[in-house]
Amino acid sequence: MSDTGFTLDYQKKELPVKAKYAGLAFTVLGLIIVIVSYITNPERTAYNSIIGSTFVLSIGVASLFLIALEYLAGAVWSVVFRRITEFLSAVIFIVPILALPFLLNMHSVFHWSQADVVAKDTILAGKSPYLNETFFFVRLAVIFIIWGIFYFIFIGNSKKQDITMEQSQTKRNTIFAAIFMPFFGITITIVAVDWLMSLEPHWFSTIFGVYYFSGSLMAALAATTFAVVRLADLDMFGVKIKSDHYYSLGALMFAFTNFWAYIAFSQFLLIWYANLPEETYWFINRWEGSWKFITLGLIIFRFVVPYALLLTQPSKKDPKRLKIAAIWILFSHYYDLYWLVMPNYSKSGIAFSWNELGYPILCAGIIILIFTIRAKNTNLLPIGDPRLKRSIEFHL
Amino acid sequence: MDNRNLYSVTGLFDTPDEIVQAVEVVQKEGYTKYDVNTPYPVHGLDIKMKLPPSKLGYFALVLGLTGAIGALFFMWWTMSKDYPVVIGGKPFFAFPAFIPVTFEVTVLLASVGTVLTMLFLYFRFPNLSHPLHDTDYMKSVSLDKFGISIEAEDSLFDVVRVKNLFEKLGAKKISEINFDEEFDKKPKIFEPKFIVFLIFTAIVISGASYFTLNKLLYMDPFNWMMEQSRVMPQSHSKIFKDGFGMRNPVPGTVARGSMPYLFAGQPDTAGEKLVNPYFPDERTLSLGKKKFNTYCSPCHGSFAKGDARLNGQFPNPPSLHSDKVRNWHDGRIFAVITEGQNIMPSYSQQLTPDERWAVVLYVRALQRAVNAKEDDLK
Repeated sequence: MSDTGFTLDYQKKELPVKAKYAGLAFTVLGLIIVIVSYITNPERTAYNSIIGSTFVLSIGVASLFLIALEYLAGAVWSVVFRRITEFLSAVIFIVPILALPFLLNMHSVFHWSQADVVAKDTILAGKSPYLNETFFFVRLAVIFIIWGIFYFIFIGNSKKQDITMEQSQTKRNTIFAAIFMPFFGITITIVAVDWLMSLEPHWFSTIFGVYYFSGSLMAALAATTFAVVRLADLDMFGVKIKSDHYYSLGALMFAFTNFWAYIAFSQFLLIWYANLPEETYWFINRWEGSWKFITLGLIIFRFVVPYALLLTQPSKKDPKRLKIAAIWILFSHYYDLYWLVMPNYSKSGIAFSWNELGYPILCAGIIILIFTIRAKNTNLLPIGDPRLKRSIEFHL
Repeated sequence: MDNRNLYSVTGLFDTPDEIVQAVEVVQKEGYTKYDVNTPYPVHGLDIKMKLPPSKLGYFALVLGLTGAIGALFFMWWTMSKDYPVVIGGKPFFAFPAFIPVTFEVTVLLASVGTVLTMLFLYFRFPNLSHPLHDTDYMKSVSLDKFGISIEAEDSLFDVVRVKNLFEKLGAKKISEINFDEEFDKKPKIFEPKFIVFLIFTAIVISGASYFTLNKLLYMDPFNWMMEQSRVMPQSHSKIFKDGFGMRNPVPGTVARGSMPYLFAGQPDTAGEKLVNPYFPDERTLSLGKKKFNTYCSPCHGSFAKGDARLNGQFPNPPSLHSDKVRNWHDGRIFAVITEGQNIMPSYSQQLTPDERWAVVLYVRALQRAVNAKEDDLK
């Protein structure tokens, strides 16, 4: 495993312009729909912006988590495409802008932010030390500052290493990864509670943060896989991405599909069995009228289909099938967030029209756009990383 | 050396790279019946050996599905078909509650079953012996050496050729593996010695578990409190002639606070002799109303008109507002409640004498309400 005889003649290749234009086109199209939708129906767009911003946020922050996990576990296999996760983690900075529609319409989205409602409601009054507007925005700011700091530490060190080729940067990042982990656990729980769970402020579920985390990690892995397969198709890496790499990515996606199902079912089973009215109504809202079909669809789309797609060994090794599974998982993550958010907007039945199309298009476009911008001046391989050689030669 | 007893020729190498290279050459030479033994799984060896993908996954799938279906069927049969019990107000076939058990049984059967299948498929269980066992070669490859063994049954096999090949590849040690004349490919489990051992084990284990479960667990560590000279429940007394532990009270004994009913079978006498000890005040009337509504109204109706809600399902009692009942003494009604009349059973177990008198007062109040006197209307 010595470094002797290993020379990597890595030549930076530019991403095709097509990708950038595609991202730009999607962004513009999505933005137009969102703006028109916001003018005609601000409340509905606010709900959609929760879905869109939590979607982009989950990919960004879970990518940051994957980077930290790689350093912390000393993982070798994923070094070769760590840059992809680094590019994807940059999307967290766009989240506050995507979240503007609902941050500007706090009162119509979050009942706990309306003073007259809280005054009449003893439960909300009891929760008001946590659920109040000032503290909400303080939390938001602190969380994004924390993520920003760790983003610049991880990515800065990683980029510097391309030039210095020093092992010390890896060591430094490993230490910061260890510091990041507890922060990550707390911050992602707070975001899940603040942005998603407090839509129904009377309801509570202690597993909700883990639920959002499990789905986020699925989405981040899927986004990484999709980008890796695309870039390997275009031969952007300059080295061969082996089936062993693909297998590891597929296995992780498969594992987190099961993890998500485990968490989602745990949440449901406890509430269903205890049968307490203050908890069950959350599921009843999602089981009445046409929402029933969305709930049943969630089980199939989010668990059964990815499970079947990724079950066998050949399917995890085949980049074509992995790409389909990755797109499917990204779609199902958006579907999951829709299921979490939209029943609060329309309790009677499914709400779906052109208003709902703006954010998915905008999210897809903005992720591609940020990815291409970040990839422009950065090597696609972390050429200074001491583990890179072993990563390229990775064997299962 | 007798070729018939030769099992294989083996070569030992020092590093995993050498063994991978050796396998490549052996594969190229066209040998098919060979095997590689390494102290740990060497990556990429299965590809170099051109081994087909393992079929074990299919067994795991079938076993897992068997576990899932079996567990679900078992729970469906026991919980909702054969002996349905309502648990926590959930449906008999409470699917969400069954999922954890289904999951556990699936994992249990798939994992344990796959290991057992592996033992049968690859280790040829129950055959426990192999010519490579107890050889120096096997001792080396389970420590720090990497070995390859080409079997004599291979069509291309030739001792000299194989030895030359190994030497060319740089094997550190080349040896021939022989097996004894008595070496039997039949499983050793059918040997009488082994069967006797099995029977002996079975007897010892079942005897020990019988002793533990039926004798040992029922031995008292100390029993001074249990074994006293007193009459145990359901047992015979040795002290008294009639065998009872307790004595019967003297004839005519009356319990404190109880009033014996002396007019059994003589309702008319009771009507003449018994006097209601209570006045119709608020306390007695509300008690009487409560008891009447509980015990009497199902048949007699809430207003004693004989129009109860059991109408049609049960013979209706006559109205209590008839002249006959209105002219009865209080004691006569008391006698009916105490002993029953016609199809009406006795209510002496449900109502205490005081409560019976309160019911009588309430019946009187109802009668008065239906057939009010002139003065009542003023």
